[in-house]
Amino acid sequence: MVEQRLEARFPFRFGLDLVGGTALVYRADTSKVADVDEAMQSLKEVIERRVNAFGVSEPVIQAERAGLISGNPSNRLIVELPGYKDMEEAKRSLGETPLLEFRLENPKAKEIITANPNVSIDEVLIPTGLTGQYLSRARVEFNQTTGAPIIGLEFNKDGGDLFAQITKEHVGQVLAIILDGAIIQEPTIQEEIKDGKAQITGSYTAQEAKNIVRNLNYGALPVPIENIGAQSIGATLGASALNSGVRAGIIGFIVLSLFLMLWYRLPGMVASMALVSYIILSLITFKLIPVTLTAAGLAGFILSIGMAVDANVLIFERTKEELKKGKAINDALHEGFSRAWLSIRDSNIASIITAVVLFWLGTSAVKGFALTLGIGVLVSMFTAITVSRAFLFAVAPRNENGIKRFLFSNGFHK
Amino acid sequence: MVSINKMFVVRYRKAWFILSAILIALSAFAILIYGFNLSIDFKGGTITEVRYDGELPSKESIEMAIKTLEIGGFSVRPSENDRYIVRTRELSESERRGLLATFSQGQSAFTIERQNTIGPTAGSELKGKAVKAIAVVVLMIVLFVTFAFRKVSKPVSSWKYGLATIIALAHDVIIPTGIFVFLGHFMRVEIDLLFITGLLAILGYSVHDTIVVFDRVRENLRINQEENKTEEFDITVGKSVKQTFGRSINTSLTIFITLLALYLFGSTATKDFAFLLIVGIIIGTYSSIFVASPLLVTFYKWQKTLK
Repeated sequence: MVEQRLEARFPFRFGLDLVGGTALVYRADTSKVADVDEAMQSLKEVIERRVNAFGVSEPVIQAERAGLISGNPSNRLIVELPGYKDMEEAKRSLGETPLLEFRLENPKAKEIITANPNVSIDEVLIPTGLTGQYLSRARVEFNQTTGAPIIGLEFNKDGGDLFAQITKEHVGQVLAIILDGAIIQEPTIQEEIKDGKAQITGSYTAQEAKNIVRNLNYGALPVPIENIGAQSIGATLGASALNSGVRAGIIGFIVLSLFLMLWYRLPGMVASMALVSYIILSLITFKLIPVTLTAAGLAGFILSIGMAVDANVLIFERTKEELKKGKAINDALHEGFSRAWLSIRDSNIASIITAVVLFWLGTSAVKGFALTLGIGVLVSMFTAITVSRAFLFAVAPRNENGIKRFLFSNGFHK
Repeated sequence: MVSINKMFVVRYRKAWFILSAILIALSAFAILIYGFNLSIDFKGGTITEVRYDGELPSKESIEMAIKTLEIGGFSVRPSENDRYIVRTRELSESERRGLLATFSQGQSAFTIERQNTIGPTAGSELKGKAVKAIAVVVLMIVLFVTFAFRKVSKPVSSWKYGLATIIALAHDVIIPTGIFVFLGHFMRVEIDLLFITGLLAILGYSVHDTIVVFDRVRENLRINQEENKTEEFDITVGKSVKQTFGRSINTSLTIFITLLALYLFGSTATKDFAFLLIVGIIIGTYSSIFVASPLLVTFYKWQKTLK
């Protein structure tokens, strides 16, 4: 029923509950960092890099701030992987926080190991304080002449300073790179490095280098994260939810139009046309923003179709009253519009307040509802006033007779 | 349209108040006795929807298999003739694998259509947030109503319009909640995040509706003043209610039509939600006509006896 043309320039964006996929929610422990915004931003970037390794077409990664405005007591990261089914794999690849460390080899390392082969790593390799927290990125590079893969490291400002200090004081020593307690590289420091960049040369294949780089980027999580929620939805379940949502919308619209035309006659027909333009305008807005449509979002939109008519109903009822007072059709319409406006405005402001608060409450399902409802209210105010007005005055007769008056009245009134 | 006597709503206000009071009391009673049947959104846990392709294994056999996992309380509910919805506490990775293993029964192939895990802290955080959101909506709306009607101070001051709106709002939140608590007890309908969303949507709608009636009162008061007409306040309110009656019913009807379509033809995920909104629209329409507006008259009479 709903097909997405691949070439569509502004495609609809559907939520996981409509296309299927995996969603993971993490809580970030930002208690030990000073600049929470920056930590969350770099956390998001790291997770984005990890997600990109999955080959999911349109992943959504959102950081949600703690605080009064967001209503969250903790900082969160939400990862949505549309179409991705393997939740366990996703959790494994995203959730683990391997610890990357740089440690200096104890000058007496050889003696210690010969004396006691089971000595702990801490005695052989001394922590320097330089960890993945300071790494801004790692990437695979290639030696210009030999073509051998090299691992390029880039530290952030603080990391660069620390790295410069370590390399300055310990030229000739081994600076081991340790991931989760396992030594992955043991390069020797050649000279002081000031620019916060480092290269690891070693004998590995391009694939090995790539894996190490991935691990390094993995290790560079700025803050520890904890998985607090996971969701996976099958594609067929999503598709059927989408189809039934669309079907409900279409049926609702048809029945509603019939009701309008039977009750409000000619103006009812105009209202139905205004409703069509309302639906088209809203859908365009959803595409352009873009709004992620969820099952709840569709429900919000369907609700808003019903509410969109309200402005027209208010206007028509006012017009009818004026007609009953014996006014000419044209005058009655003018009165109807101007008198109904205040209540349309005030009542819609109340709806917008609700939509804004809902958006604030929002996890993605609720946000979808709030956005579609909010956009719906705004668009409907616009179409009810402009489109209906233009159409109504276009069809309003200059000279009137009984039939025309009948067409502009409504209900059981003649 | 049913032709109603102008003063019908205002004159018999005591009857409406008593009706509403009974409904509210019943709802409060249900909430106190049965409590909320909260979904995992608020208390944490794992929900798994498993669909079988061949013959559907019996509920008992699945329950037996899950029992052997020793993961505490759980519930298995059949759904749509080909699937079960299993609710458990929050499962660890290995427990999750164990649960999946229990689904393989007989020759029927099965698919996990949906699995959702929410940690208990995330759930309780959301609960706090939901309560806050409702409080914020109510507060903002009351402030807005007081502001919108600031120029109306005679014969009833503008904050009383706000007060009448709050009472109508409370009415519109408590009664649908009571109905859902009732359904939760007897039909296992759960209070989830969508329920809160629905409640807030009802709040928005209810105010929307109330404002339309109040706006008419405001307009009639102004016209009376301009024409130097003295009219008893209850007459003005009665007249305004009557004038907006057709619109109130018709707007509710249009929304009702779309919601009914959503309920009957929409996705199962939004069925309860559509039902909640239908209940809310009916209650909300009722309250703006039969509770909020007559309350204005009651406030006015109190004010007069106090003087």
